[in-house]
Amino acid sequence: MLDASEGHVTADGRKIGGVVMEMRNITLRFGGVVAIKDISFDIREGEIRAIIGPNGAGKSSMLNVISGFYNPQEGEVWYKGQKRPPMKPYQVAQQGIARTFQNIALFEGMSVLDNVMTGRIRQMKTGLLAQALWKGRAEAEEVANRAAVEKIIDFLEIQHIRKTPVSRLPYGLKKRVELARALAAEPSILLLDEPMAGMNVEEKEDMSRFILDVNDEFGTTTVLIEHDMGVVMDLSDRVVVMDYGKKIGDGTPEEVRSNQAVIDAYLGVAHD
Amino acid sequence: MPDSVIFGMEVFLNGLMAGVLYALVALGFVLIYKASGIFNYAQGVLALFAALTLVGIMEGQVPFGHLINAVFGTNLHHFGWEVPALLAIALTALVMVGLAWVVNRLVFHHLVGQDPIILFMATIGLAYFLEGFGDVTWGADIRKLDVGLPQGLNPWIDEVTYNLFGYGFFIDNLDLVATVVAAILVVALVAFAQYSKHGRAMRAVADDHQAALSVGISLNFIWVMVWSLAGFVALVAGIMWGTKMGVQFSLSLIALKALPVLMLGGFTSIPGAIVGGLIIGVGEKMFEFAIGPLVGGATENWFAYMLALVFLVFRPQGLFGEKIIERV
Repeated sequence: MLDASEGHVTADGRKIGGVVMEMRNITLRFGGVVAIKDISFDIREGEIRAIIGPNGAGKSSMLNVISGFYNPQEGEVWYKGQKRPPMKPYQVAQQGIARTFQNIALFEGMSVLDNVMTGRIRQMKTGLLAQALWKGRAEAEEVANRAAVEKIIDFLEIQHIRKTPVSRLPYGLKKRVELARALAAEPSILLLDEPMAGMNVEEKEDMSRFILDVNDEFGTTTVLIEHDMGVVMDLSDRVVVMDYGKKIGDGTPEEVRSNQAVIDAYLGVAHD
Repeated sequence: MPDSVIFGMEVFLNGLMAGVLYALVALGFVLIYKASGIFNYAQGVLALFAALTLVGIMEGQVPFGHLINAVFGTNLHHFGWEVPALLAIALTALVMVGLAWVVNRLVFHHLVGQDPIILFMATIGLAYFLEGFGDVTWGADIRKLDVGLPQGLNPWIDEVTYNLFGYGFFIDNLDLVATVVAAILVVALVAFAQYSKHGRAMRAVADDHQAALSVGISLNFIWVMVWSLAGFVALVAGIMWGTKMGVQFSLSLIALKALPVLMLGGFTSIPGAIVGGLIIGVGEKMFEFAIGPLVGGATENWFAYMLALVFLVFRPQGLFGEKIIERV
C-alpha cells in the first residue's frame, strides 16, 4: 500500500518522504525471453535508489519500464498514488520522470544550452501559434525558463561550454550535459542509466558528487543503475539487486552487502 | 558604359528574381529533410496542390465536381460564390495542415525507423497520388490565379535605370513581391527553428528520436507540424509560381529545378536554400546571356544540373550543409 504520510530523516540530515512510485509484480518479455520476472519494489521521495546486478540482469529493462520505453506484459506501475496506464515515453516524461541513457542520447548538433533548454519543454505551456508569433507570453516564458536553465548549468559547472556544440565535447562532459538536461525538467524522479560507465576515477568522483549535490540541493528522487559496487554503496540509500530478471535482494547497502543470495550471485566471494 | 554590360546587369537582376522563386520551392524540401530526414519528392506537387486548392476555393468551384457529375448525372460546377483572396489563402492553409495530418497518419506514421530510401519511395508515391487527387478534386484545366499581387513592369526601376544608363531595366513587380515574401519567410523560419520551444523540439527530433522522447516531445506532433510548415511554404511557392505561369500541372516540375538548388545550398540549411536558389537563378541567366549564343542557346535547361554535378564532385555537402564526418 502507498503510505505517503510516512517519512524519515537520514543520518546526514536529508528528508526521505513517502512512496512516490511503486512497481508491482512487473514481468517483461521479449518473445520467449523473460527480461524481468515478477519484480516489485518501491521508490521513496527524496531517496537515492540504486538498481544493481550483473550484466543482462534486466536493470536497463527495468529503467525502460519506469520511463515508458517498454510496457510490461504483466504488473502495475503506481505513480503518485495512481495506477499508471500504458503510456508513450514522451507522456511519461511530461509527468515528470526524466532520464539519462547508458550510451548518452544528446542532440549532437545543438549547443549545450539548447540541449538543456529542451529539458524545459515540460514547463513551457504556450501553444504553437503563440510561439510562432513570438508574442508576450511566449517571450516571457522563454526568459523565465532560460533563467532556470542557467541555474542548472551553473550548478553542474558547465558554464564554460554553454555555447559549444555537444558533438565537440569529451565523454565525461557529455554525461554531465545529459544530467543537466534531465535536471532542467525539475523531475519528480530522475533516472540515471549507468551515469559513471566508461569514466575514469576522477570523472567518477565528480559525477558522484554531482548526484549527491543534486539530491541534497533539490531533494531530487534519484534511481540509478550502476556497475561500480563501491560507488553504489556510497551513494545510495536503498538498493535493489537483480539477477537473471529476478529480484534477489532489496534494502540498505549494509543489508544488501550481507545478503547471502546477493553475495553468491553478484558480489562473488568477499575479498576482505 | 557598353550596352553588353548594361544588358548583363539586367540579366543578373532578373536571375536573382528567378532564383528567389527556386529558393521558395527548395525551402520546403529543406524543412522536411532537416526535421525528419525524409527527402520529400512530393514538395513540387504539394505546391501545385496548394495552388489548385486556392484557385478552386476562390472561384467557388465544387470539389470533385466531375466525379459527382459522372456518378449522379448532375451538372454541378460552381457554388455560385467567390471567396476573397485572403480568406481563400487562410482556408487553403487549413487544408494543407489537414493534408499534413492525413499524410503523417496514413503513411509516415507507419514507416518510422525505415531506411531513407523507403521513405523517399513513399514520397514518390505520394507525389503521384497527390497529382491524381488534385486532378479529381479540381480538374485538369490550366487556371489563372490572381490574388491581387502586382504584376508587370516596375515603372520606378524602369525610370531610375533609364536616367542612369539610358536604358530602362525590365523587372517584374511579382518577382519583387516574391523576393520580399521569401525574405520574410526565411527570417521567420530561422527564428522559429532557433529560438522557440517548438523549433527547438523540431531540431531535437531531427537529431535523436530517443532523446527527444525522453524529454517529453511527441514525435507525431512534430512531424505533423513539419509537414504543415512544408505545406505552408508550398502554398506560398504555389501562389508565386501560379500567378506567374498560371496554375497548371507542369508546376510540379519546378521541383526538379529545386534539386540542383539543394545540392548547392546543402540539404540541411535554410539560408543555403536561398543562396543556392540565387546562384542557380543568376548562373543560368548569365550563362545563357554570355555563352548561350555561342552554343545555340537553350542552356537554361541544363546549366543548373551541370553546376550541381560540379558541386557533387568537389563539395558534396553543399555550401552550407553539415559536413559528413565518418569516424573510423
